[in-house]
Parts: sequence; C-alpha cells; structure tokens
Amino acid sequence: MTVSATTFDQIVRLVWLGGATAFVLGLVQMNSPATARNGNLLSAGGMAMAIAASAVWLLVLPPSGAFNPVGWAVILLGIVVGGGYGLYSARTVKMTAIPQLVSLFNAVGGGAAALIAISEYMGHVSAGAAPGLQDNMATVLDVVIGSVTFTGSLIASGKLMGLRITPSKPVRVPGGQALTGLLTAVAIVGALYIWFGNLSLPVLLAVVVAALLFGVTMTLPIGGADMPVVISLLNSFTGTAVAMAGFVLNNPLLIIAGALVGASGAILTKLMADAMNRSVLNIMVGGFGGGENAVVAVGGAGGSVREVSMDDAAIQLAYASEVIIVPGYGLAVAQAQHAVRELAEVLEARGVDVKYAIHPVAGRMPGHMNVLLAEANVPYTQLREMEDINPEFDRCDVALVVGANDVTNPAARRPGSPVSGMPILDVDHAKNIIVMKRSMGRGYAGIDNELYANPKTGMLFADAKAGLAELVAAVKSL
Amino acid sequence: MNGSQLTIDLAFTIFVLAILTGFAVISKVPATLHTPLMSGANSIHGIVLVGAMIIAVSANDPVTYLVSFLAVAFASLNVVGGYVVTDRMLQMFRRKPATPKAASAEGRS
Repeated sequence: MTVSATTFDQIVRLVWLGGATAFVLGLVQMNSPATARNGNLLSAGGMAMAIAASAVWLLVLPPSGAFNPVGWAVILLGIVVGGGYGLYSARTVKMTAIPQLVSLFNAVGGGAAALIAISEYMGHVSAGAAPGLQDNMATVLDVVIGSVTFTGSLIASGKLMGLRITPSKPVRVPGGQALTGLLTAVAIVGALYIWFGNLSLPVLLAVVVAALLFGVTMTLPIGGADMPVVISLLNSFTGTAVAMAGFVLNNPLLIIAGALVGASGAILTKLMADAMNRSVLNIMVGGFGGGENAVVAVGGAGGSVREVSMDDAAIQLAYASEVIIVPGYGLAVAQAQHAVRELAEVLEARGVDVKYAIHPVAGRMPGHMNVLLAEANVPYTQLREMEDINPEFDRCDVALVVGANDVTNPAARRPGSPVSGMPILDVDHAKNIIVMKRSMGRGYAGIDNELYANPKTGMLFADAKAGLAELVAAVKSL
Repeated sequence: MNGSQLTIDLAFTIFVLAILTGFAVISKVPATLHTPLMSGANSIHGIVLVGAMIIAVSANDPVTYLVSFLAVAFASLNVVGGYVVTDRMLQMFRRKPATPKAASAEGRS
C-alpha cells in the first residue's frame, strides 16, 4: 500500500466533512424556491459521496480486521430491498399522500438508529465488557428516541392514511396517564440500571419495548389536524437519535447530520405550533387548547347565514378587479387543486388579479398547501403568505374561501374562544366573501365560524371539485 | 474500532456546533418551502445508513446479521425515498413562463 492506513482514514474523514458541508449548503439553498431543487441535489450528492467513501473505508479498514462477506451480502441486500422500495414509493406516491410517506421514511430512519445501538450493545454483551458511561448514555438515548420515533411516526402515518386501526380523530388510550407513567418508569429505571454500568441485554430490550409502546400511546391521542406538528417533532427526534448513534459508533458524520436535522425539526415544530398559537407540549398532551367552557355564541342572536347561487358567485368573481382565494385542506381532500387553478386562469383571462392566501397550517404539513397547488401548476409567485396577504384583503373585491375553516374565524381575535389568539387570515376585511363548503359542518376546533354569519358572506354549498368546475363553466358563459 | 478515535469532548463540540448551524440555516426558510424542507432534512438523517453498514460488517452471528439487515434496509428506504420524494416536490416549484398580468408592483415590500 502506498497510502498508510492513517492517511487513508484521514482522507475518508475529509470526504465526510465534504458531505456534511453539502448538507448544510443544500439546506441554505432550500431558502428560496428558485434554488431549492439544486439544494436538494447538492445534499443528495454529498450523501452519495459520504456513503461511497464509507463503503471503501469499510472495505479497506474493516472494523473487525478482516473482510466480512456475509456482512457485505447483508448490506447489498438491505440496500436493494430498502432503496428499491424507497425509489418505488417515492416515485408513485400521490402528492396529497406525501405527509404519510415522509412520516414512514422518518419512522424507518429512527428504527435504523435504534437498531444500531441495540446491535452495538449486543456486541458489548457477547464480549462481556460493559462500555463506559458516555457510551451507555448514548446507547440508551439512541434506543429510546429511535424507538419512540419508529412507532410514533408509523402511527402518525397510519392516521394520515386514515387506517381503521389508527383513526385520524384523537383516540383515548385506556388508562392513558397511568400507562404512560408506567412506560416512562420502566424506561427510566432501565436507563439508570444500564448507566450505572450493568451489562444486561434483557434490560435494554425492556427499555426498547417500553419506548415502542410509548411512541404509540403518545401519538394515538393526537388529532389528525395536529399531525404536521407531530411529524415535524418526530423528524427532529430521528435526527437526535441518529446523532446519538454517531456517539455510539464514534462517527462524526452521523453526529453532524443528526444534530443538523434535530435542530431543523425543532425549529419547524415551533413555527408550526406558533402558527396555531399552541405550545408543543399542549399539542402532545392532546385536545384542543382549553377554554371550552368560555365559548362565545356565534354572532349573538340570529346569526343566520346567507346563501349565494352559483351564477351570482360567478358574476361577483368575473367582475372583480382583485380576488383572493383562500384554500384549505378541504380543497386537497376533494382533489380540487386543478379545478381551482382553472378558475384562477379563467378569471385572469378576464383581467382579474388573482392571488392565493396560504395560512401557515393549511394542509397537513407546513407548506403542504403550497406543494399541492404547485403540483397543479399554480405559479408560486401567486401563493402569498399570511403576513404578506393580510393587508390586501382590505383592497380585494372578493375573497373565495374553499375548504378552509378555523383559519378564517374572526373569533380568534377575541379571548374566550378555543381558537383565540391563533393568527388568522383577515378574510372578513374583504368587500365580499364567498365560502364554498359542503355543509355547515365545523372545523377541527369544533366551533362555529363567525365569518359565515357576516352579512358580506355568501355561502356556496357544494363539493369543492364539482363546485369549482361549475364556477368555471359559469364564468366562461358570462 | 478502526481509525482515529473521537474523544467525548470533541464529539460533543461537533454535536453542539452542528445544532447551532441547523438553527441558523433553518430559521431563514419561508413557509412555502417547509414541506420540502422537512422532507429534505428527513433525507439527511438517512446518513444513518453509514452506521448501519458499520454494524453489518462487524456482525458475526445470525441475530446481529438480521438486525444489521433491518437497519440497512430501513436506512436505505429513508435515504433513497427521502431524496427522490423531495426532488419530486421541488420539481413542481417552477415559475410560469409568463403570467397574463405582471404581478402588482407593491407585492414585495
């Protein structure tokens, strides 16, 4: 060999540093829609480079001292199976189903991190030598966080898919508090036992089982509408678990990448929770934030709603100079993204200025609505964020609300309502308001929307997709 | 373990600096890109594949081989699926060639 083992090892570590740099720069480029795709490709390139360098490193300097053919067969098989399924599912998934797929990818990432610590610990057990305190702490943290993320993300994914075993509505876990307490106790006692230098695989596995169950009991009681925050939090957890796996394996690359993701997930989680004016803790504990005993009656006496016909709505829209469309998750559920884009195009052809007002929590993940509309070829320059668009409602002639509810409720401006304090879109400032809705059903918060009782509001009762198609036809015939 | 060992103080230093970097980088991303960003960050922790490979080549009995296989398969699913699905999302964020009306000038304050 011309290159000494030490030099080779250092070269690999520099390649890892290059990979980590690519992750950071990739995230920086994701700041703007124009460079975001490049950013992701840069990140992927760094990943490919880091993995390839690691493979060569493991071939040249095998940790066990000799080439391990079975181990390599296992690696290749695992990559083919996991990577193949990943490629297939990522290419075939519908855009509305993205959140549950991301949640699934997150679950397996956490699972892999936990398995690494378990495997390393099995090595220690068979060698009969208890690792030091630092290794023990990293092992237990990795196993606990990874396992909680694994089952928690699977449940979150199931809830978003609407599986019967994991309904999207909050599920009360029998003996909830007591069970959670018991699981926590098992995990803590087990963790302390291991931290104090006792070497016991059964104890570690008991901690794993407790953490797996904890992930289930933690996620089941949370409602479908809170899933964005939960997925974001679990994403952060996985990052942290991977960083812990880095401590277990003494690997700087895993530590850097894991910590990066841990930090990013935490920021996103906080942004999401802030937008709903709830603390992360409040969401994780479940239930919509307090104040149920103080619900204010809608619009006082006689808060009747006014219905508007399809043709009237079409006329209002067609002769407006500025229209703001407020899409909500109902739009996505009805698969009406293309229909809404079509309406916008017909209106623009008539010289109407059309914009979309996107509430931060519209959809099922932060920014989900933007993706859904982008898929329907809505130019992102028309998608406006809440702070940006709110002053414009005063000037706009018609606000068209499709499938959004709680995020438009003016009751949020006053104390005493379950949605109080949640930032809302100032739809009620528009000169005219059209609300397209299937029925007078309530939003996730379970309260009436005062917007509907506003004299300026006309209710257009229709399915989002069919209704928008009818509107398009009506506008065209004018 | 092969190669240079990472001492705990050094490992912890790297950990904390990476967390601070993550905060600094992420806090500037607009809400529009939150979903692709979450998905992109999700792919980055697919780096756990390297860890899974390390345990696979160190495995020496059926149980550890099975655990390694699961870890490698899980991690590959995470990394491959993550990047591909993120790319699919970002592919959709493109500006239309020409909008009928120029966006209002006061749009960006």
